Amino acid sequence: MTAVLSAAPVAPTVAPTLDRKRRRRVVLLYVFLVAALVVATLVACGSGQLKIPLQEILGSIAHRVGLDIGPLPSHPRGEYTLWNVRFSRIAMAVIVGGSLAVAGAAMQGVFGNPLAEPSVVGVSSGAAVAAGAAIVFGLRFAGDWSIPVCAFLGGLVTTLLVYALSRSDGRTEVVTLVLTGIAVNAVAGALLAMLMFLGDTQARESIVFWQLGSLNGSRWSYVVVVAPLAALGVTIALACSRSLDLLALGERSARHLGVNVEGLRILLIVVVAMLTAAAVSFCGIVAFVGLVVPHLVRMITGPGHRTLLIASLLAGALVLICADTVARTAIAYTDLPLGMLTSLVGGPFFFWLLRRTRRTAGGWA
Amino acid sequence: MSLSGTAALTAHGISLSYGHRPILDSVDLEVRRREVLALVGPNGAGKSTLLSVLAGDVTPDDGEVRLDGRPLGEWKLRQMARERSVLTQEHRISFPFPAGDVVRMGRAPWRGHPEEDDDDRVVAEAMESTDVERLAGQSFSLLSGGEKGRTSFARVLAQRTGILLLDEPTAALDIGHQEAVLSRARAEAATGAAVVVVLHDLSLAAAWADRVALLHHGRVTAEGPPASVFTAPLLSLVYDHPIDVLAHPATGELLVLPDRRTSLSREETA
Repeated sequence: MTAVLSAAPVAPTVAPTLDRKRRRRVVLLYVFLVAALVVATLVACGSGQLKIPLQEILGSIAHRVGLDIGPLPSHPRGEYTLWNVRFSRIAMAVIVGGSLAVAGAAMQGVFGNPLAEPSVVGVSSGAAVAAGAAIVFGLRFAGDWSIPVCAFLGGLVTTLLVYALSRSDGRTEVVTLVLTGIAVNAVAGALLAMLMFLGDTQARESIVFWQLGSLNGSRWSYVVVVAPLAALGVTIALACSRSLDLLALGERSARHLGVNVEGLRILLIVVVAMLTAAAVSFCGIVAFVGLVVPHLVRMITGPGHRTLLIASLLAGALVLICADTVARTAIAYTDLPLGMLTSLVGGPFFFWLLRRTRRTAGGWA
Repeated sequence: MSLSGTAALTAHGISLSYGHRPILDSVDLEVRRREVLALVGPNGAGKSTLLSVLAGDVTPDDGEVRLDGRPLGEWKLRQMARERSVLTQEHRISFPFPAGDVVRMGRAPWRGHPEEDDDDRVVAEAMESTDVERLAGQSFSLLSGGEKGRTSFARVLAQRTGILLLDEPTAALDIGHQEAVLSRARAEAATGAAVVVVLHDLSLAAAWADRVALLHHGRVTAEGPPASVFTAPLLSLVYDHPIDVLAHPATGELLVLPDRRTSLSREETA
């Protein structure tokens, strides 16, 4: 009874060529995304009620760095607009877009379900409720950090809740997830409505603003508060990327390959709450970015989480810069709500994804 | 073929029940190196549960499992993953990873170890020996049941562990691939591995296992070389169905077959 199969080492042939092809695609995507980000940023800086030509933008940046190259903005309010309105707003767009896309990708990995996303399952609304409560009740226990901290806690509670409610047997069925999302969003909507009812006019306005989602009025002081939160979340998510790959095999198999599934889960739920809080705290609910972006990236790079997370971060930032530029320039002297725009595009996309997931194996099961 | 080696896994006094339903009832089992141990028994006898207990997925109500003499609880998961690999019955994946990537996931426990340098070679060898090379670029979720099973087996082989726990590795496989998988399991045992395999096909178990443990109502009813465990009266009793055990006319191998005469005559008289 000897071994029939040879155990002789063979030269790997198939895998490397595939890998090389894939790696080239990934590098191309990174290059494209970075280039597009730079272009989109420059366009976004230049456009608006006050048009600023490209060489003046570059000149202004060069002068700030200490280089005496290029012209300064010719308009008297040009320099101020660039540095105190546009740059901070674009920085916020980068943070919010990147955070939401990474949060979506991480959430999909933990739930083992491509439809999980902060706004779909109600984490964004949960965070918004807590942030809204902070405003209405004037909570200032942590200074500028009060709202983000509340948003984080609200997001954390909601994520844990959804996680506990929508899972059975170690995985999340699409139906359960979506229905849980409806329930959570309904309750969060009611709580937001109650806060609006309780709050004064000013608080009411802030809450309406949240529900619509907007980057209008993004100040540097806000950016400074949410940037570390987002950076920490993204870093932890990236550190977990290999374990997320293994988790795709199911909890048991992931454990057999040495993944501490329980620990990973909790850690990533905290990450999702952190990233959602970073996005929601000052900009409100910007829906579907975490759904659309990782999905498109996955179609190009495949499901490997390291590439997926990095590319989602870049693509999320890009999408939001573009969407925000449209939001504030499409109609002159009007700032369209950003959340409205992303939902307008994301809603139908979600529907398409839902139908597609249903067709492919394991969608509803 | 009684080159029995040292104990790799020992289960002592394992009892487990889900609610009021006892699944395992004070099971003792020793898994030895250089040996293929087949767990057989009727549906619901506790085979898969016992394998989960051996793998450390399920903590028994009573009793203890030791891996290389140390209780499972004292092992770090990552460390344990370099000692034993597990093939589960279900082969699902949440995202459309290509089959080649799935096999490569078996190398994860060796990350940061010198063995990592062998990744490419080990993965290629595992895929070749399970006949899944041509599937490397295809999405795992779109493979057929048998192809998924073989790809998962390749992943388990790529893990390069001294203990292999295989839950129905031949399910959904054609006869040629069944033989290939079990002969590969044997080859692993020949190089020093301890292999536990849950099997439903008793003739396959008789052909490839050094030792079989026959489970019945959560207990090990009989244990030993296939020839001593697979007797017609015992199997007929345990499976509650008349069973014949014959010797192959040419090779003398054990053939375990249901005895259909009685059921036929029963139908005739009915």
